[in-house]
Amino acid sequence: MDFVNAIILLLNYIFIPALTYGSQLALGAIFVTLIYGILRFANFATGDMMSFGTMATILFTWYFQSLGVSLGVLPTALLAIPFGIIFMILYMLLIDKFVFKYYRHQKSPPVQFAMVSIGVMFVTQAVVRIIIGPGDRRFFDGEKFIIKAREFKEMTGLNEGLALKSTQVITIFVTIVLVSLLFWFLNRTKTGKSMKAYSDNEDLALLSGIDPKKIVLVTWVIAGILATIGGALYGLDKSFKPFTYFNNMLPIFAAAIVGGIGNPFGAFLGGYVIAFSEILLTYAYKKFFMYVLPESMEPNSLVQLLSTDYKFAVSFSILVIVLIYRPSGIFKGKVL
Amino acid sequence: MRKNLNVIAAYSIMMVLILMVGIFQSWNIALSIFNLCLISAVMTMGANIQWGYAGLINFGIMGYTALGGLAAVLISVDPVQEAWRAGGFDILMSLWLIVVMVLVIRFILKRFEKSKIRTYSIAAIIISGILLIRFSAEPGIEAIEAVDPAKTGFLGGFGLPIIFSWIVGALFAGGLAFIVGKVALGLRADYLAIATLLISEIVIAIIKHEDWLTRGVKNVIGLKRPAPYEVDLQTTDWFIKLVEKFNSGKLSVIENLADRQAALNQLVIEGSSVFVKLCYSGLFLVVVIILLILTQKALYSPWGRMMRAIRDNEEAANAMGKNVVKQHLLIFILGSAIVGIAGAMLVTQDGLFTPGSYRPMRYTFLIWVMVIVGGSGNNFGAILGGFVVWFLWIEAAPISLFLINFFTAGIPETNALKAHLIESVPYFRFLLMGLGLLFIMRYRPKGILPEKIEIK
Repeated sequence: MDFVNAIILLLNYIFIPALTYGSQLALGAIFVTLIYGILRFANFATGDMMSFGTMATILFTWYFQSLGVSLGVLPTALLAIPFGIIFMILYMLLIDKFVFKYYRHQKSPPVQFAMVSIGVMFVTQAVVRIIIGPGDRRFFDGEKFIIKAREFKEMTGLNEGLALKSTQVITIFVTIVLVSLLFWFLNRTKTGKSMKAYSDNEDLALLSGIDPKKIVLVTWVIAGILATIGGALYGLDKSFKPFTYFNNMLPIFAAAIVGGIGNPFGAFLGGYVIAFSEILLTYAYKKFFMYVLPESMEPNSLVQLLSTDYKFAVSFSILVIVLIYRPSGIFKGKVL
Repeated sequence: MRKNLNVIAAYSIMMVLILMVGIFQSWNIALSIFNLCLISAVMTMGANIQWGYAGLINFGIMGYTALGGLAAVLISVDPVQEAWRAGGFDILMSLWLIVVMVLVIRFILKRFEKSKIRTYSIAAIIISGILLIRFSAEPGIEAIEAVDPAKTGFLGGFGLPIIFSWIVGALFAGGLAFIVGKVALGLRADYLAIATLLISEIVIAIIKHEDWLTRGVKNVIGLKRPAPYEVDLQTTDWFIKLVEKFNSGKLSVIENLADRQAALNQLVIEGSSVFVKLCYSGLFLVVVIILLILTQKALYSPWGRMMRAIRDNEEAANAMGKNVVKQHLLIFILGSAIVGIAGAMLVTQDGLFTPGSYRPMRYTFLIWVMVIVGGSGNNFGAILGGFVVWFLWIEAAPISLFLINFFTAGIPETNALKAHLIESVPYFRFLLMGLGLLFIMRYRPKGILPEKIEIK
């Protein structure tokens, strides 16, 4: 029985939160990796673009709520996401037209693109803060829990409860569907294959008659979908605050590089690598050992490898190590 | 003279702008903008050495600034004897352990050939070392943090004059840059940017959460000053006389003696804070001028030419027998050390150290905007960038408030949109910075004062 308790404990405090957080990071990381692979620059405006998409979703959610439209047990935001995506894509295309396009035609070095994206970051941050303000926004409605910890305890008679939030299930489910669709698109359709070809060798792709304008357009469309959904899911699960989104850019970058930048599948797995290592290394295992070990061997301390204050530092350290020893990432991205 | 005309013009305009703030808002505001402009100028000089001279991209400016600030705390605060007695021994033991660990790793690296076993054993040493240090330092840290946590709860510093910290801050930042450079300089430009950004976040995390060393988010306040205190000045005779002399015209108009005394008191209070700020301005100006002379000399020296050669064509410079890796490391350390000085100056001016306030927007990206806008590779440009961008950063809110009021003059105050816009005035500075950066990069990619190399 103690063993089952220990398993439930780990599921509740490590596995499910890490899986949720990892999914949110994974969507962002695929966004970064696609931009890097096809448009060839590190997009420092990632976090703020995600917050723009989330902002659009929140505004539509409020609008729907004021109309009295709802999805019952599901959050209204799910209904608003498609509209948020449209706004996000329009914003991205606008920025591409007025900012990035010029440098693409100039064939500027990636560093210059990165600098320009910092300009975009400032502007986007200003736009988001001017429209919705810098404060904390919660826009979740509907049923909060699928299983409550207490109900679970009563149901099974175990000491440990397992709480399952509906946002967690929604996040994981949406991520699986979205990512499978994306990989199907990239690997099976003609446009997807031509995107891959363009990413691998631009000149060769142009020679074989691939239209670069279309590739860029499709990339921004996919990026918009990923950014909005990733951001909205994070906002539903935690809360929306522009500053947090800006900070999230860092673990997202870490995930994309750990997975091998330019490699979407690597970025997808990289999100989970980062999330799991953050949570595994900062969890206090005292209770777990109390269940598993006989009483005489129980630990006195918290058995915590690092204090939770260093959560971000963990993912950055992993990234630094990967950058030094395997700059192409764990799952072989572009060799840079 | 002719060729420097645009430099002189740009600086004159900048000075006029600051004087205008002094005349129309207040001299206090003008001087605090001027002081922070000077500090920003030091930061941009550091970033400019790295980016403009050598083409190295360093997004970790925040980390070096914070280390400079930490130096100011560690140098100037008096040591907390009780804390040293409570946990000093444990901390010193852990420091000793770290030294031993580094030496052992160095020994292994030198002694054995590269192999899988070597890599794994080094990893094992690091992990077991970290665990060991955690266990040995834990009781000490807890004891230190328990010593009067509301007031101290940390080891304190050396109790020296705070000016020394400007040098120590440079040493701290240079030391960190040495480690970071050894590790990350081989990376491609945009990877280097991301790596340095993340490393600076790690530095901030450590400073925020190691309370025994830095007091963490509890902040350190009331640091010593190199300048006199306002309260002391207000009771000093010569200062009061000085203020009286300066304002004799204004004061003589007032007939009533009591009124005149009240007016004088008011003037003394205002004057004292202006005087303190002027003291800081003087100190900062000295630093800026010394650094400017040094960097200009370096730029036109054989070493400066070599750096430009490395920046413009690494392979060719390498083929000519220049040690690119070593020079990159050197310039990375130099630039970061200058940023460290700025960090210490900043904390000196504020008189407080708040780890929570170090955010990448303000301390990394804004500095980069300054470098790009001012003109990378040109020291005068970098300093001008620091002045222009900081000035706009502060004055953006009043300017945008004025513009909003101007354009919505016909709309009543109660209009929701107008109220919302006025409420979000502080965020227009981001918009201004972003648009400024984008326009400069598009239409004047070399900055306001572009790099000009004359061959003498």
